[in-house]
Amino acid sequence: MTQVLSPVPGTFYTQSAPGEPLYKQPGDAVAAGDTVGLIEVMKTFIDVKAETSGTFKSYLIDDGAAIGAGAPLAEIED
Amino acid sequence: MAIKRLLIANRGEIAVRIIRAAKSMGIHTIQAHSEADADMLAVRQADEAVCIGPAQAAQSYLNVEAVVAAAKATQADAVHPGYGFMAENAAFVRALEEAGITFVGPSADTIDRMGDKVAARQAAEAAGVPVVPGSKGRLETVDDAVSVAAGLGYPVMIKAAAGGGGKGIRIADNEADLRKMAPQAQAEAKAAFGDGGLYLERAIQLPRHIEVQIMGDGTDAVHYFERECSMQRRRQKVWEEAGAACLDEATRQHLCDTAVSLAKAVGYVGAGTLEYLYDSATKEFFFIEMNTRIQVEHPVTEMLTGTDLVQEMIHVAGGGKLRQSQEDITRSGHAIEVRLNAEDPMMQFLPFPGQVSSLKLPEGDGIRFDHFLYEGYQVPPFYDSLLGKLIVHGKDRDAAIALMITALEGLEIGGLKTTKPLHLALAHDPAVRADDFHTQWLEPWLAAGNLKPTP
Repeated sequence: MTQVLSPVPGTFYTQSAPGEPLYKQPGDAVAAGDTVGLIEVMKTFIDVKAETSGTFKSYLIDDGAAIGAGAPLAEIED
Repeated sequence: MAIKRLLIANRGEIAVRIIRAAKSMGIHTIQAHSEADADMLAVRQADEAVCIGPAQAAQSYLNVEAVVAAAKATQADAVHPGYGFMAENAAFVRALEEAGITFVGPSADTIDRMGDKVAARQAAEAAGVPVVPGSKGRLETVDDAVSVAAGLGYPVMIKAAAGGGGKGIRIADNEADLRKMAPQAQAEAKAAFGDGGLYLERAIQLPRHIEVQIMGDGTDAVHYFERECSMQRRRQKVWEEAGAACLDEATRQHLCDTAVSLAKAVGYVGAGTLEYLYDSATKEFFFIEMNTRIQVEHPVTEMLTGTDLVQEMIHVAGGGKLRQSQEDITRSGHAIEVRLNAEDPMMQFLPFPGQVSSLKLPEGDGIRFDHFLYEGYQVPPFYDSLLGKLIVHGKDRDAAIALMITALEGLEIGGLKTTKPLHLALAHDPAVRADDFHTQWLEPWLAAGNLKPTP
């Protein structure tokens, strides 16, 4: 099991825009470099990318929630 | 009626700035804040504070109902919106009016009118303010376009009449170009919008951005001269000056007079800014839009003229008449402001919020730092990255640049990455020192690698 950690503090999003599909659903294949989330920090948007490959398990943070740097955002099964 | 209890519906450095102005006028200050801003400097400095909602601006600083409710609950008789957030939100102004609370700024109708680009352009033309020359309406044929372009002067910008988003925009340098490009633009506009109608406008190439500060009391209006704000990255101003050294005295006078004409024509109340494009080659200026608020870069004008613009806008909002006639307002020396943002200029300006571990501020004659920092302060990630504005005033532009270097070297914000290295590099750059730049200058300068890490 690998956790995806937030590189910066900000607001976390599980989809690219309201109404768009989630970046990943439980059971989806994840390749290293895939975008799994989006963080808004100081009005700038930064993609959160997986550093490992595996199977997506779940998000650990709700869409639109405030997060700190280093916060666990999602879990990937190896 | 003079304002006695002022709610500040903003945050960061401008909230601190407004509190300073209000306190020196003997006004009781009430700071509105989100849950994430409970320990910001303005909350500590205000006479009282009121929480208006969660961190997300949409639920706090942009929430009309929450801010009006907070103003009522704290018995504020006026609200200062600062800049951004709800500073130009006519619905917010109407909600305050209904609650019997004064808005520090123009009326909702003025905000609506000046916020509409077409209506603002018409108001400007009617008041004798030059606008970018363009075709009167849509053009259906290439021959129509050619005859209109002859009157506007080349180069011309070809736009889709139904357009938006830059689709169909081309620049023609001469008639041959126009005859070749107009049919292409028509086809593209027809494909994108189902309408092949074109619109022509004179292309102002490599323009400077020059703006005029005005203040009105509903009857009379004055100007506080101009600012030069061409140094921009992604349409955000980075470095601002007052005055614009590129203008000769006759052009400056004409520019500022037209701004006052427009302010008077619309019965303007409060602080406002008219933005223009300036063509250095032809010395022509063209109105582009009006901002109906106090602007981030207002301190350079305050340094140039010695007037506290925030106090003045609060005074006229309370029903006061302008306290200075145009003859009383004079300019002296030269002022420059730089914006210190929590961004890493060496990493594509990646935002860098964090905790202020130490703070060393420059001091001395002609140096001012408007900010909201203190040691131990945790800069929240939810809002824009502006940490503060360093402003200097010298006897001329060269002296101001020299003082800016001294002031920047004396400024240390520990624990954060800031845009200080960018400003130091700009202050040393030969083109900047020669006042030889325009709105399209900074981004290519950065792309060419002119900003180097300091060893």
